[in-house]
Amino acid sequence: MTTTKNNRRVVVTGMGWVTPLGHDVDTVWKRLLNSESGMGPTTRFDARTFPTNFSAEVRNYTIQPFVKDASVHATAGLNSQFALGAASQAWRQSGLEGFAGLNRKRIGLYLGAGEGVIDFDNYAASNLAGWNAEERKIDGVRWAEHAHRAMDRMREVEQEPNMPLAHLAREFGIRGPALNCLTACAASTQAIGEAFSLIQRGDTDVMLSGGTHTMIHVLGVTGFNRLTALSTSKGDPTKASRPFDATRDGFVMGEGSGMIVIESLEHALARGATPLAEVAGYGSSADAFRITDIHPEGRGGAASMHMALAQAGIDPNARRVDGRAAIDYISAHGTGTKENDSIETRGVKRVFGASAKDIPMSSIKSMMGHLIAAAGAVEFMTCVLAIRDGMLPPTINYGTPDPDLDLDYVPNKARSAKVDICLSNSFGFGGQNDTLVVKRYIA
Amino acid sequence: MTVTAIRRVRPVPRHEPYTLPPMSRRRVVITGLGPVTAHGIGIDPLWSALTEGRSALAPIRAFDASGFLAASGAELPADFDVKDLVPKSYRKATKVMARDIEIAVGGALAAVRDAGLATRGTDPDNPPTIRPDRVGCHIGAGLIAAELDELTGALASSRNAAGAFDPGHWGQQGMQELTPLWLLKYLPNMLACHVTIIHDCQGPSNTITCNEASSGLSLAESQRVIERGAADACLSGGADSKMNPMAYLRQELAGRFARCAPSDDATRIVKPFDANATGTLVGEGGGILVVEAEETAKARGARIHAVLAGTGASQSWCDDTVGLVPDATGESLADAIQAALRDAGVTAADIDAIIPFGSGVPSLDALEKNALERVFGASLASKPLVTLAPSIGTTCAGFGAIAVAVACRALTEQKLPARLNTSSAAGLDALAAPSSARELRHILIATPSLGGQNSAAVVSRHAEL
Repeated sequence: MTTTKNNRRVVVTGMGWVTPLGHDVDTVWKRLLNSESGMGPTTRFDARTFPTNFSAEVRNYTIQPFVKDASVHATAGLNSQFALGAASQAWRQSGLEGFAGLNRKRIGLYLGAGEGVIDFDNYAASNLAGWNAEERKIDGVRWAEHAHRAMDRMREVEQEPNMPLAHLAREFGIRGPALNCLTACAASTQAIGEAFSLIQRGDTDVMLSGGTHTMIHVLGVTGFNRLTALSTSKGDPTKASRPFDATRDGFVMGEGSGMIVIESLEHALARGATPLAEVAGYGSSADAFRITDIHPEGRGGAASMHMALAQAGIDPNARRVDGRAAIDYISAHGTGTKENDSIETRGVKRVFGASAKDIPMSSIKSMMGHLIAAAGAVEFMTCVLAIRDGMLPPTINYGTPDPDLDLDYVPNKARSAKVDICLSNSFGFGGQNDTLVVKRYIA
Repeated sequence: MTVTAIRRVRPVPRHEPYTLPPMSRRRVVITGLGPVTAHGIGIDPLWSALTEGRSALAPIRAFDASGFLAASGAELPADFDVKDLVPKSYRKATKVMARDIEIAVGGALAAVRDAGLATRGTDPDNPPTIRPDRVGCHIGAGLIAAELDELTGALASSRNAAGAFDPGHWGQQGMQELTPLWLLKYLPNMLACHVTIIHDCQGPSNTITCNEASSGLSLAESQRVIERGAADACLSGGADSKMNPMAYLRQELAGRFARCAPSDDATRIVKPFDANATGTLVGEGGGILVVEAEETAKARGARIHAVLAGTGASQSWCDDTVGLVPDATGESLADAIQAALRDAGVTAADIDAIIPFGSGVPSLDALEKNALERVFGASLASKPLVTLAPSIGTTCAGFGAIAVAVACRALTEQKLPARLNTSSAAGLDALAAPSSARELRHILIATPSLGGQNSAAVVSRHAEL
């Protein structure tokens, strides 16, 4: 067993995603750089009368091209299906499939996967069948009678949020430590951070990590509409997600999965893999403030950024020898809600001080919507691609500057830049904040 | 805690430097126990019931369960009221707490008190014992089911002429009947959200959702976070309640239940590892522990219950991993146990007792027995298994934290709890027996899960060296 603790370098060797803009890394990346939007009318259920009737859905997707035997995954929910496609791309790119020296007990999984989609039609029907209108409560016996007839065993099991782990383990033969976390919108950033720390601790050599989620279903949209977190813009759905714009009115739901393979540098080099980037730092904090509100000074987000930067050995206020700010790009949480975007801006200023204005910060949620638990992984991947290609994805639909939001949001058009170090932020409903720092791999 | 304590925005410096602590591995100890089970809040009522051999399994009160395969389970005491367990100013927030959240909130209070910590929630007028940004929070959770009376009341107003749900009406009008914060009652990370707000835990916080392995894996994450210096203490554990028709049905569909009619004596039904076991009954519960770096615990003069000496995890892999019994061979669970032993620096021979998941579900019992045989070989027959399910039901995502709390008390008392119901268990020390004194240095806790994640931990007696 490898016993090196704590200071092992960790690199990314594979990436894949299934998103509203497509199902392979390069197509989606091109579309992001092209300022394209994945939004359209919601088709997964009849949302016509909902306050928000549009979203960014994954289209024309099946797992067939991605898995060895689709029948093994016949019961998989959408979340697991997305995860399989994304993970399969990452796995292939990493070259692990053909690697003879693979020790499957030294490969782990850490996902930030959301729960599976509820079987809403049968659930609602059972609830209504069991409803005692006079007493305004459920009659357990009548409910059970209907539900026993209507509900399907595996459809229920597949809603457990750890089932994507089971599908990925089954597909890739993974037998090391496996965890799923569900810290709302921060989940997959946290998953990658904790996966990184498991490798550093020496518990595993390789981790398949990322997130997967869809909440584009009756109760998911209901829940966020009731919280007034979703955009209710009328007209063209592609204009609805407007992070950092003065007219922003909420986020747009997306769905999909982002998966990466990370491994210890020595493991990657020993098997001749190509490091795509290096994971340099991870920070995590809790707001501990209020159930629905973020600390107005961005205290929690600033704390997670500070922690991640410290681990990466980066002083946020120092400039590099060539005069550049401490980092080159921030992938914002940037949901497009009034509160998030202003507090995130405040938090970034608090951390980077005077150089904050020199650091481009964009939100791809303007184009692919908010993938909820999966958002952080997809955004982390765009940082790796920004480093690879020297290109920054834009924040689209930016038209009306908000006087308090005065950072460089890469408005509307992608931009070329020298990119060596990026920071990716994710802040969850409920106050959990996570930050990753990723940098160009230099031997 | 006063209203202002929650509402007030504390002044903070513009740029707080974050210094990384040294990277050497820190020893992690357990200083606070907060199990919440059908026997009550805290370790004392649980330990009394376990040593006296009492079972809390009884017909379910939360809803009429007579239409399910199992009509009994273990519910929290009828007088459990979360409003008594939060600061007065936080009572309003209890309206948006699912039962699972209530359990976590109650467990956290018990653990903080047991650890002798002052927090914003327990002592708002004094500075906290530990700096809030050095306190993390890792609370595992299950899949939380929405409260059916509330949701159905709203759904019922959106029926079409045929009596079926009408999404058009719902989107336009029906959904307005749900309280605006409805969704936040059921997000699994709201357990940690409420606990971090009440006790002002600003360090790393995570919500691990791996079914029955959730709280064991959460304790392991707290261990790693403290080891790497990102926090000095964590509120850690998990909570789960299946006392909701939908959540309850999922347990039945997953093949977990023993047949148990309302008239059957539920205290006799669950027989872990028994040749005639027929399934389990669920119990709501969980626990929060205070897990702390040994050096900070000692520096504040804390009473140390035990050492969280090592943890291990693994994923099951076999043809049926996505089915109901992931890896019947037990190889994967054995891997997690071996990893925990290595992490703790002990061998199988050092383990004096084992707290297995011990559900009484024959396929899971067999899986566990296979795993334990792989690790302990012939010596397994002399390792006492501590089975909790006959007393408190199968506690799902709450299991690991409850088991570790029990292990801590067993280590300090040097005593094994009583065992119930099992009358034949070849090759295992698992038969019904009264509580007995026993020399205990290291206790192993291990659990498989639906979905295949396995968790193991070694909890050791804290020797004053």
